[in-house]
Amino acid sequence: MKTIKLIINRKELEVPAGTTILEAARSIGVRIPTLCHMKLEDLHYENNPGACRICVVEVEGRRNLAPACKTECTDGLVVKTYTPRVMNARRIIMELILSNHPFECLTCSKNGHCELQTVAHDLGIREVRYSGEQSVFPIDRSPSIVRNVNKCIMCRRCETMCNSIQTVGALTAVNRGFQAVVSTAFEKDMKGSICSYCGQCVSICPVNALSGRSNQQEVLDALDNPDKIVIAQTAPAVRVALGRDFGFEPGTLVTGKMVSALRNLGFDYVFDTDFAADLTIMEEGTELLQRLTGYLHGEKKEKIPLMTSCCPGWVNFVEKHYPELTGNLSTAKSPQQMFGSIIKSYFADKLGVEREKIVVVSIMPCLAKKYEAGRQEFSVNGNPDVDISIYTRELARLIRYANINFEELPDGEFDQPFGESTGAAVIFGTTGGVIEAACRTAYELYTKKPLEHIEIEALRGMEGIRSGVIDFDGLPVRIGIAHGLGNARKLIEEVKNGTSPYHAIEIMACPGGCIGGGGQPFHRGNMEVLRRRASSLYQVDKGKNIRKSHENPAIIRLYKEYLGEPCGPLSHQLLHTHYFDRKNTVGILNETNKEE
Amino acid sequence: MNVVKTLDDLMCVRNAAVAFSESNHPAESVEIKISMATCGIAAGAREVNNYLAALTKREQIPVNIVQTGCMGYCYAEPTIEVTLPGGEPVVFGFVNNAKVDNIVTHYIRKGVMPEDAVWIKDKVQTGTDSSPRQLHIALRNCGHIDPENIDDYIKADGYLALGKTVTQMTPDQVIKIIMDSGLRGRGGGGFPTGLKWQITRKVEASRKYVVCNADEGDPGAFMDRSILEGDPHTVIEAMVINGYCTGADRGLVYIRAEYPLAIERLKVAMRQAREYGFLGERIFGTDFSFDIEIRYGAGAFVCGEETALIHSMEGKRGEATVKPPFPSESGYNGFPTNVNNVETYANIPAIILKGAEWFGRIGTGKSKGTKVFALAGKINKVGLVEVPMGTTLREVIFQIGGGIKDGKKFKAVQTGGPSGGCLTEKHLDLPIDYDNLLAAGSMMGSGGMIVMDEDDCMVAMAQFYLDFSVEESCGKCTPCRIGNKRLHEILQKITSGVGEESDLERLRNLAIVIKDTALCGLGQTSPNPVLSTMNNFYDEYIAHVRNQACPAHQCRKLTQYFIDPEKCTGCTLCSRSCSVDAIKGERKTPHVIDPILCVRCGTCFDKCKFNAVYVH
Amino acid sequence: METLYLSHSNITKLHAICEEYNNDPGELINVLHAAQGALGYLPAEVQEVIASKLKIPVSKVYGVVTFYSFFTMTPNGKYPVSVCLGTACYVRGAEKILEELERQLEIKVGETTQDGLFSLDCLRCVGACGLAPVISIGGKVYGRVTPEKVKKILSEYYFQEK
Repeated sequence: MKTIKLIINRKELEVPAGTTILEAARSIGVRIPTLCHMKLEDLHYENNPGACRICVVEVEGRRNLAPACKTECTDGLVVKTYTPRVMNARRIIMELILSNHPFECLTCSKNGHCELQTVAHDLGIREVRYSGEQSVFPIDRSPSIVRNVNKCIMCRRCETMCNSIQTVGALTAVNRGFQAVVSTAFEKDMKGSICSYCGQCVSICPVNALSGRSNQQEVLDALDNPDKIVIAQTAPAVRVALGRDFGFEPGTLVTGKMVSALRNLGFDYVFDTDFAADLTIMEEGTELLQRLTGYLHGEKKEKIPLMTSCCPGWVNFVEKHYPELTGNLSTAKSPQQMFGSIIKSYFADKLGVEREKIVVVSIMPCLAKKYEAGRQEFSVNGNPDVDISIYTRELARLIRYANINFEELPDGEFDQPFGESTGAAVIFGTTGGVIEAACRTAYELYTKKPLEHIEIEALRGMEGIRSGVIDFDGLPVRIGIAHGLGNARKLIEEVKNGTSPYHAIEIMACPGGCIGGGGQPFHRGNMEVLRRRASSLYQVDKGKNIRKSHENPAIIRLYKEYLGEPCGPLSHQLLHTHYFDRKNTVGILNETNKEE
Repeated sequence: MNVVKTLDDLMCVRNAAVAFSESNHPAESVEIKISMATCGIAAGAREVNNYLAALTKREQIPVNIVQTGCMGYCYAEPTIEVTLPGGEPVVFGFVNNAKVDNIVTHYIRKGVMPEDAVWIKDKVQTGTDSSPRQLHIALRNCGHIDPENIDDYIKADGYLALGKTVTQMTPDQVIKIIMDSGLRGRGGGGFPTGLKWQITRKVEASRKYVVCNADEGDPGAFMDRSILEGDPHTVIEAMVINGYCTGADRGLVYIRAEYPLAIERLKVAMRQAREYGFLGERIFGTDFSFDIEIRYGAGAFVCGEETALIHSMEGKRGEATVKPPFPSESGYNGFPTNVNNVETYANIPAIILKGAEWFGRIGTGKSKGTKVFALAGKINKVGLVEVPMGTTLREVIFQIGGGIKDGKKFKAVQTGGPSGGCLTEKHLDLPIDYDNLLAAGSMMGSGGMIVMDEDDCMVAMAQFYLDFSVEESCGKCTPCRIGNKRLHEILQKITSGVGEESDLERLRNLAIVIKDTALCGLGQTSPNPVLSTMNNFYDEYIAHVRNQACPAHQCRKLTQYFIDPEKCTGCTLCSRSCSVDAIKGERKTPHVIDPILCVRCGTCFDKCKFNAVYVH
Repeated sequence: METLYLSHSNITKLHAICEEYNNDPGELINVLHAAQGALGYLPAEVQEVIASKLKIPVSKVYGVVTFYSFFTMTPNGKYPVSVCLGTACYVRGAEKILEELERQLEIKVGETTQDGLFSLDCLRCVGACGLAPVISIGGKVYGRVTPEKVKKILSEYYFQEK
């Protein structure tokens, strides 16, 4: 490969052709500040509009300053990254951004995690010499996401994410000039838009223009209410990410500390959503086998491929973009909802209390889970199965709020009976995990033989679209996997066109799966963070004695004592759901409409 | 009509066209040309045309009335050019029906110049001498031919360059001519045209595009509109030649939707060119095929920037992107795209027919040929002029432009539109070319030339341009989106009389940083009006911030009108024309202006016949 | 889900326009020009129909509509009045013309009169600098306008309406 020789800050270096000044500088430890630029190479995400101009550097012989993120190195280039001219320019650009940014850092939920704050601090901004009109936009509070466009710095990361990666198309740059901002169609609220609440925009927003809806106060109120039994459930991906907000290395497993923290917060029971993940596998795995058998016997009504439905962002996406394919979604509820359902029926019975007395709080890596918990079909007489859903960062905030020294906490254990889970459940947190877990169970249920290779390598990895054929004792079951809604769209287009080769498809809305969820501690463009979270989950799986959902003794007991059999009548009532057509359409105006 | 397949075919068409017009218009007929561009029509050219046609028919005068494009004498619209048999053409301005009567009765019938005629005596040079007069290359056919008649264009050597190019020359030979001629882009940047063509030619791609940038957005520049309205075929011909040279088979014209007449004439011309085979399959019987589509702008100045223009053509927001990659490498839908502007194209056929050497003799060292300027503002002869590069500002403004309106004093001339700067008295003898203008803190831009007099406040002028840049910024990069807004706000503060001296330093520093860091050419040049006025008229800025005074009495918040009771006769004219009833007083007694009600519109000042109104 | 409504004939018109441009998203601006020409303006429901026909998110359509000043989401007056604020007109007093129009019509820039007759806008250079200052009313260009002439010009239209 051709290489390029250049000089950065008097240091000579050699880089491959095509390297930008920014990458070259980073390779020798020279940090150039950036705001709009973000690259997540494994996910093929690159936002590089060259728009913020904070990364400008001086290039010898060039008339104006060069944006380091967009300027490719050429032979003999002489670059200086911190001359007075450069620093003056960067400071003024930062002051300009700040002159149109609300000065509420101390009360901002992004305080301490804000990239704008960091860069301003590094540049040593002590006053903003430019001031004037500021943008005024209303704040949009959807069930999952809060948009405060007044804080938008037009980095366009969310636009790239929402359009190029997720292909949702809810966010776009609107207006022109000083009024230009990233917003929704007609600048309306997200509620009712085609947004799927995947929350990826939130996870990469450098400031607090996009944030998760906070339900912190409701949790505190419930915990403070002596009449309520407050029950926590924690999703698999939370335990490998939460530590990041307390200074732990990326991917550090903090299950024990998390359980202790929840207990200290005052939760009456701390359960594991992993238990419900095992339950999901029982239902979804059975459903897969039923559909597959029917399909192979020529039953036309069996919708194949079966598409997983654990991911609420994905379910929203299907309902809003491909409502004609909701029939392919597994009717099994997501683990969060199965959990709520079981707690408020089986467990309430066990405790001998009304369901209204119980408050189920889920801790999720996800923002769409908030919306999911609020869906009408997931409530009984107005009482939701899951009362409150909070996300990982929100839990971290709660822990700090309650003066809990997380770092020093002893390791706690989940409460029983819903603390028991298998290795299959924990890998739900990463892309490919759900379908791998389902295959472990479906294989054994179908073939009645023990699975030899528990780790199905063919289904693992970070490629956006993957596929594998699992030999079910002579029956080749073809599996498709996609993470990120853009990749999902490719698979679902095949389904729509009738060209999909798969029997089952696992989809996670977020790139990387739940480990990269919109509610997780910020990775700030560091791909390594996601990789370590995934590898941690696989380590947990490896360390478990029981690694198949159907072998979970608590699950076996639940079916025996209460549910009967997977996909049986009670299961259907409690653990399965149905979907809606939520596509936006323009109706034809007629007299009756006019009268309305 | 048979398709033109060879150069001989073209000659036949041309001869037939000449013969046709001779047979229809015998030698004794009077040739009358009416300037029917947008401004002519707005001033009433259509009515004049109808009246003239009816009158000459009624009086049985043999005439050949041709509706042409802009003749360049915009200040005197409607204008007509009358050529008596065997005589020299004479241009009449400010024509209306009454004047038509006089022109017919006196001049056409008797050869006597009517007394009330406004006779425009300017004459455009067609030779190569470097006298301080106009030389029309890009405008060579404007005002002379009927833009909706392809035969007229062919009679004027139209499509000859195309014929020669595709039948007798290789693309490299043509590119060499363009390179040798020294032609540079007339849209603003001044990039060598031949080099651009060569770059596009060298890129290998399955498809290439040729684009004509007709998104003339500079307020005060209208040469592209005039060329498209007056000579659309020359642009088509040049685009086809460009396609032949670069290897493109598709052309796109990106044109402002605000130019309906230009669009209409271009469409007519394209249709005719297709009929004659100058567009379409196998042009001039060769293997080369090429056709053109029109894309419309939708009111965004930034789309004049080529990357923004390409995004707009793709149906997207017209936001600029960082170059490289240049459009020549990756443009429309990712294919190599050669973008040139209208005036640049209009030079091409002439260069090919007359040669690189001819063109290279005109102009200065690094700026060859001519440049079209739209002269406007406080100048007597507002209009379209084309002069050789190297002509001085003084020659353009005072000789061709007829000096400053109402005998006022020249103060500044703004070139290059919102990207340019204000030049002053001391620059008047500067030979105009790309490099000189740049060195003087302005730029060629697309060729708008706005003249200002002593009544124009230069701080307000800078504010006006910034207002434009703020409104037209695409909003993508920080320096342009927020920086220009803040520049504008500081200027607003100064012109409102609340500016402080420290504001001037902030203003300059910010302007320099925007220039240094903005993403596209527009953002990088948007502070030029501020910097150039600060450099040339710093005392005016100082007067605003130190004394809260506007020396030109233009900034309303710093201005107050008074009536001198000694001079006021109480004629009530001022109070009657005051739209806010701010002037009080009894008839035949001195009047008084209520400073609270007064909106400083200056109407009373203009109206008073006794110079009783004065301003502070 | 919120549903928007359009008349059948307008939906048919919009579909025909999109089809004329092969439902090509690259032709979005041409489609919007044609749609605005046919319906006068581009309200949300029109953008929704175009988006679904061209198979692009409606947010993209909205992003484009709000970028270009030519496109409008509110209906213009029967006689849209545009004041040229190009440089040539500016230095020849266009601002005063604008103020006079605002006074006469009793509306601000961007608004439409109560009777729906006039709407007022600014534009940048119609290229008729020789006649500066100019205004255009429904496509007809008036040159060498003075504040005194404004009332007279408007009265032509009031007269037509009587």
